[in-house]
Amino acid sequence: MTTGSSSSTGPAHRLVEAGITGLIALFGAVVIYGSVKAGINWGSEGPRAGFFPFYIGIFIVASSAINLWNGLREDNDALFAEWGQLRQVMSVVVPTAIYVGVMPFAGLYLASAVFIGWFMRWLGKYRWVTVLAVSLGMPIVTYFIFERWFLVPLPKGPVEEWLGL
Amino acid sequence: MKRSAEFALATMAALYAGAMAAPALAAWEPVRPVEFIVPAGTGGGADQMARTIQGIVTKHNLMKQPMVVINKSGGAGGEGFLDLKASGGNPHKIIITLSNLFTTPLATGIPFSWKDLTPVAMLALDEFVLWVNAEQPFKTTKDFIAAVKAAPAGTMKMGGTGSKQEDQIITVAIEKAAGVRFTYIPYKGGGEVAVQLVGNHVESTVNNPIEAVAQWRGGKLRPLCVFDAKPMAYDEPIADGKSWKDIPSCKSQGLDIEYLMLRGIFMSPRATKDQVEYYVDLFKKVRATPEWLDFMKSGAFNTTFLTGADYAKWVEIEEKRHETLMKDAGFLATGN
Amino acid sequence: MEELANLFQGFAIALQPFNIMVMVLGIVLGVVIGVLPGLGGANGVAILLPLTFSMPPTSAIIMLSCIYWGALFGGAITSILFNIPGEPWSVATTFDGYPMAQQGKAGEALTAAFTSSFVGALFAVVMITLVAPLVASFALRFGPAEKFAVYFLAFCSFVGLSKEPPFKTIAAMMMGFALAAVGLDSITGQLRLTFGFTEMLNGFDFLIAVIGLFGIGEILLTMEEGLSFRGGKAKINLRVVVQTWKELPAYWMTSLRSCLIGCWMGITPAGATPASFMSYGIAKRMSKKGNNFGKGEIEGVVAPETAAHAAGTAALLPMLSLGVPGSPTAAVLLGGLLIWGLQPGPMLFVEQKEFVWGLIASMYLGNLVGLIVVLTCVPIFAAILRIPFSIIAPLILVLCAIGAYSVHSSTFDVILMLVFGVIGYLLKKCNYPLAPLVLAIVLGDKAEEAFRQSLLGSQGSLGIFFSNALVSTIMILGLIALFWSVIQQGYTRLRGATA
Repeated sequence: MTTGSSSSTGPAHRLVEAGITGLIALFGAVVIYGSVKAGINWGSEGPRAGFFPFYIGIFIVASSAINLWNGLREDNDALFAEWGQLRQVMSVVVPTAIYVGVMPFAGLYLASAVFIGWFMRWLGKYRWVTVLAVSLGMPIVTYFIFERWFLVPLPKGPVEEWLGL
Repeated sequence: MKRSAEFALATMAALYAGAMAAPALAAWEPVRPVEFIVPAGTGGGADQMARTIQGIVTKHNLMKQPMVVINKSGGAGGEGFLDLKASGGNPHKIIITLSNLFTTPLATGIPFSWKDLTPVAMLALDEFVLWVNAEQPFKTTKDFIAAVKAAPAGTMKMGGTGSKQEDQIITVAIEKAAGVRFTYIPYKGGGEVAVQLVGNHVESTVNNPIEAVAQWRGGKLRPLCVFDAKPMAYDEPIADGKSWKDIPSCKSQGLDIEYLMLRGIFMSPRATKDQVEYYVDLFKKVRATPEWLDFMKSGAFNTTFLTGADYAKWVEIEEKRHETLMKDAGFLATGN
Repeated sequence: MEELANLFQGFAIALQPFNIMVMVLGIVLGVVIGVLPGLGGANGVAILLPLTFSMPPTSAIIMLSCIYWGALFGGAITSILFNIPGEPWSVATTFDGYPMAQQGKAGEALTAAFTSSFVGALFAVVMITLVAPLVASFALRFGPAEKFAVYFLAFCSFVGLSKEPPFKTIAAMMMGFALAAVGLDSITGQLRLTFGFTEMLNGFDFLIAVIGLFGIGEILLTMEEGLSFRGGKAKINLRVVVQTWKELPAYWMTSLRSCLIGCWMGITPAGATPASFMSYGIAKRMSKKGNNFGKGEIEGVVAPETAAHAAGTAALLPMLSLGVPGSPTAAVLLGGLLIWGLQPGPMLFVEQKEFVWGLIASMYLGNLVGLIVVLTCVPIFAAILRIPFSIIAPLILVLCAIGAYSVHSSTFDVILMLVFGVIGYLLKKCNYPLAPLVLAIVLGDKAEEAFRQSLLGSQGSLGIFFSNALVSTIMILGLIALFWSVIQQGYTRLRGATA
């Protein structure tokens, strides 16, 4: 999948994979630490709360070590992805992160409208009419389906407060 | 249109009356949908009660705004309590409680106490009954306790809902009162516990009436005694011509234990008097409906209703009692 | 024959015009609930429960059970079109359903999924009609040890299937177990791995992980490969239904096996999720095209869907006869029964004949109506894939965010979802299998709970897992399933050496 042409550049697959393996091992270590705090021995009620997570943590760290070894031993100079591709990916991740981060303050409806509008205008290059129709239509439909029919309250911000919804 | 005109008139009348007579008259009303939080999973006892109330409110049009039931069961209900604690000044959130109001903060150490919330009303108290499988030879509490004593310590299994919660507290109390030892096995829900007893995977349970009544009627389970000062009030026959009233109190059977579980309503912190009164009034109306009376009967609830200072005092005493019970049983959080 | 007479009377009740209307309405609402991630069957039924209070109980339960069918059908739609399973038991459907959609065969995949659901549910209803009392007593034999054995079997029949490096599979699965362990430990009532964060009291919900790992992860992968969905050329006419139907009878063996697995799992009640994974795993091993599973094999859609729905339907039986819900949705339905003054339990079949047979009749009819409704909509669903990516992608992202939020009404979960999305993208690029991770999140804590309940009962002795014929049989089946892959690998290696 990642045998990109040799002319383009990007991060080496080996390095990224080693990094991820390291992060997984770190996660395992955190699990082990938390388990030890919860108690890992065999108490009067059978195994204590941390007994299973402790061994799970050990398994994660051990298998990560093997994966790291295998990954580094492999003679593979393929790319993880080209920089251009990664830029594409980030062009979704970054706005989504902003969208998700802003949601508790601005409310879901406003954030969604702006997010959809941005996505369609920037990446889709649609005409403003289409953009506005979809980006305003979706939150309104959502409002009726969730808040009115299914009575599921979604996060709201100052705009909804002002509209008295 | 007609409705809103009526509403406007009623509001004006209320305002007018308020201005004329006592300023404390309840004039507040919800302006947004009211979130009714259940600090337990879908399908459990508290959830059933909340959804029944929601149904009654909707059917009888008791509120102008919709009531929305939301389950926040994470961390033995801690999620729901913390959510309410954080919504100070928002009068559109109420919560139904069970004993985890006391047990969850004590057992897990999460930063919460009922004093963080505003008490509204006690709706009912849930009873606990000692159940055994009908195939077992024990007919009375004394037979059963004698059998537990005769068996090697810890080989008799008691099934219950959750860990370090009401069912286990009662189990520990029985152990203390009778000088016996059970192995307590926690399950997720009361219905599951009752079925484990029918399948003989445990020897006894302390299910609420509503959780085990179906199996009693089916002749699969046998009630031995109720953990209340006196027998329950419902005398309609359920199984073999016996009614809830025919179950003796555990005290009369030599087990001096009383335990009732709170089914009460609290609202978010810093609620005004008007707001509390609105909900008290609402629940008074709910309690007057035939659906509610049916529900109380089907679950053999103790229908004590308390509000205001009486309610707060009751909760305070109950909290102290739980603290002692939990401490004696060694259930307090070790601080992690 | 008394049962048959009762059943026909039930049909008469269910076929009243008002009840048929209620049925169609329920199916449509159910499909909507199933499609919107986060609403899910249990939530949806819970939300709509109060609506039914003003109806007569039989109509109300017909409506609720039709919502249930609709949600079951609906769950498959997002799994196939967008790789987003809305319910745990739809996860296995994504393995072959989504690749099929990418190859432009969304219509075929949807038809296969809906038809299999119907077959599975029908099989279970027939079983309920014929052998209800017998089966209910079988369910009573399942204590904690037996339940653990079933989970063990589910893991064993699924593990070792992936083509990814074995230690990556182990790492992924163990990460799932670790995530499942976060929150309250149900046996000791103690918090663990929360590190003092109140947001983590809940642990990691399956749905949030799966929306992130599968849904968002997939969108990121699509972005990397340029702005397009590859399913655009999906056929959008009704002929595709007939064409797929011609193909399906060839998989009768898989269907039958999946029906049996599903009914068994539904009654025990381990539920639809282990049933779907187990059925997929076994189908992959048994099928001649086993190696092609995961690349868009129609049999890989048939197996999990049939089993999941057989299980989902069979789960209603322990609910009615024992009062124990076999699934969260069944739990909410149970609450509904109680509110109408119907007491589920051994006496329901004796005292409330009219109601029970009305419900069973509505299961037959509701399923049929559901199938017709969703099949006629296949072209519409398939046409969704023709919407340009840069319109549909932000809409999916917003719907995912709503779904993640509505699970616990928490904005923290929405952030978590995005984090899972990035993790899913990275893990997939690095050849880590995501399915074992999700399986472990869904079943991990249940398996641990059953294991520890068993040990409490046996006072620490592992012998309890071989203490009677039932539990021993399931455990041994599990061990065979586990070592099957080893044997098979050894066999292939041996053959490879001699060749």
